[in-house]
Amino acid sequence: MANTATPQPAPRLIDPDAVVAHVEKARRQSKAATVILTAIAGAICVLLAAILVYIISAGASKAFDPAFLTSPPQQFKEGGGIGPELFNSFYLLVLTLVISIPLSLGAAIFLVEYAPDNWVTRAVKTAIEVLSSLPSIVVGLFGFLLFVLQMSWGFSIISGALALTMFNIPILLRVIQQALEAVPTDQRDAGLALGMTRWETTVHILLPCAMPAIITGVILSAGRVFGEAAALIYTAGQSAPALDFTSFDLTNPACPWNIWRPAETLAVHIWKINSEGVVPDLTAVSDGTAAVLVICILAFNLIARFAGRRLSKKLTAE
Amino acid sequence: MQQQSTEANKPTTAPGAAATPAATRPNDVSLIDRASVLEEADAISHYAAPVPSNAPAKMRTRNVNLYYGEFHALKHVNLNIPEHEVTALIGPSGCGKSTFLRCLNRMNDLIEGCRVEGEVTLDGIDVYRDLDPALLRCRVGMVFQHPNPFPMSVYDNVAYGPRAHGITKRADLDDIVEQSLRDAAVWDELKDRLDANGLGLSGGQAQRLCIARALAIAPDVLLMDEATSALDPISTNKVEELVGALKDRYTIVLVTHNMLQATRVAQKTAFFLMGEMVEAGPTMQIFEDPQDTRTKDYVSGRFG
Ligand SMILES: Nc1ncnc2c1ncn2[C@@H]1O[C@H](COP(=O)(O)OP(=O)(O)OP(=O)(O)O)[C@@H](O)[C@H]1O
Ligand SMILES: [Mg+2]
Repeated sequence: MANTATPQPAPRLIDPDAVVAHVEKARRQSKAATVILTAIAGAICVLLAAILVYIISAGASKAFDPAFLTSPPQQFKEGGGIGPELFNSFYLLVLTLVISIPLSLGAAIFLVEYAPDNWVTRAVKTAIEVLSSLPSIVVGLFGFLLFVLQMSWGFSIISGALALTMFNIPILLRVIQQALEAVPTDQRDAGLALGMTRWETTVHILLPCAMPAIITGVILSAGRVFGEAAALIYTAGQSAPALDFTSFDLTNPACPWNIWRPAETLAVHIWKINSEGVVPDLTAVSDGTAAVLVICILAFNLIARFAGRRLSKKLTAE
Repeated sequence: MQQQSTEANKPTTAPGAAATPAATRPNDVSLIDRASVLEEADAISHYAAPVPSNAPAKMRTRNVNLYYGEFHALKHVNLNIPEHEVTALIGPSGCGKSTFLRCLNRMNDLIEGCRVEGEVTLDGIDVYRDLDPALLRCRVGMVFQHPNPFPMSVYDNVAYGPRAHGITKRADLDDIVEQSLRDAAVWDELKDRLDANGLGLSGGQAQRLCIARALAIAPDVLLMDEATSALDPISTNKVEELVGALKDRYTIVLVTHNMLQATRVAQKTAFFLMGEMVEAGPTMQIFEDPQDTRTKDYVSGRFG
């Protein structure tokens, strides 16, 4: 180097005492923040736990009673159960997922992998965000107008499932979209560089990589669908015809698999008996139903975490 | 394991032998003398492999212009890529080396707003007009700067390409996997860990796994974009050795910022500057007797 001048010590612009003071201050702030945030998180946990404990303990006597879980509800007498409602809730959930998963998966793959980045795509993405914030009662009313009246399908499982699909697709779409977008580009490039087409890369690399997040999202959305009432009141209806599990005649209103029959779910049942129920054991039935609902949703969430973690472990570590 | 490999890679060639580059075997190409920069610079002529005369061009680019939207990233690039040789692309950061490399297997197709003009041929076939991109990439494989194994077992990583191209018999796949891992000089390290997840490997192992994955579909040409920049010297050494050994069966194009690496492994070198291909020729000529002053400035700047 051409630098021949005697090296001058650089002037000290920073006072070491000030640095120490600053670090001290920062440490105090950090400590205070930790305490406050822990307190907030703790309060939320306590609140949640209290709600859960309250709901489950209030309904425990009913919720763990096999007779309550299997027998049909009563109109005027006490001792009614929630058998059909329980079945309806699961049946509607499965139908909804069967319809909404392929649709949202396809749409998400299109939006992430294929859609050109132009105003149409941006408009679609905005529309989906708007849709996901639509109140579910509005979705329900729309379903009522379209499926129940316009298509004259009446209060039926299919009307309910389609309304739930409309409610579920925006949520699912966003989850899957985010999961796909989170797959690193170099995985995509690696697939393409092996001479795979874009479709093959999507199916064989992107989807498996995104699968843990997708599964978690699907199960969490299932929890929301399972507990949904407003979208169903005017679509799947508020009556639960007694079910005959020996019937496989898909036109028989008592056939559980008949998609043209009305089907009250657990959440709708809670709403109905509380608003217009006349059974004497109204509170007990309502509490029991609520407990069953909460336990199911809790189970969904636990399964979601477990499945997601298991899968991502399998995919990323040894 | 690693210790042994290091020993094996120590220079074994006597000075006299090194002075006759024509006799250099592919294995010797990667010998690294880490003594000092000066010595390294002095050693260039010892390491460089001879340039086979009149090697036919495997790939050719004619007047290639590439635009990222408005940005003119490659300007009238003409380059022949000789068959069964290693061609190195050098140049300062941002000059378009990666862009050019990605032109050769059409990886730029995926970039929004990217436009390619001119002609790129593989064995005389115009790859932008007469060849399906997936088919092209089967014949022109690529290894990336950062090792990017798939999140699956070592075995599945290598078997991935062949499976996607219709090979399903387990015995055939076993053969391909073993052969590819051997070719990528990583078989001995990984043969007992074929079921381990590819993401759990060291950087050097992962990169050689990626090379094996690329080799498994038997490409004609292998493109490597700074494939050793994320690796430690020992792994780098192994990959370089590998490149030297593979060139007899493949045609290799690599991008490197390490000019010594270019001199060690490449028979031909092309110097890029601001989207232009300034000069290309036998590696020795580019480093010792560049015709263009810009090339001279660049290579001499690096070598003191
Ligand atoms: N996807 C892109 N969109 C727009 N411009 C790009 C894109 N990729 C690269 N460029 C630009 O093209 C020029 C060449 O980039 P390229 O990646 O080919 O450089 P490089 O020679 O590989 O550099 P490095 O040695 O740093 O990897 C740069 O100016 C870069 O900013
Ligand atoms: Mg680059």
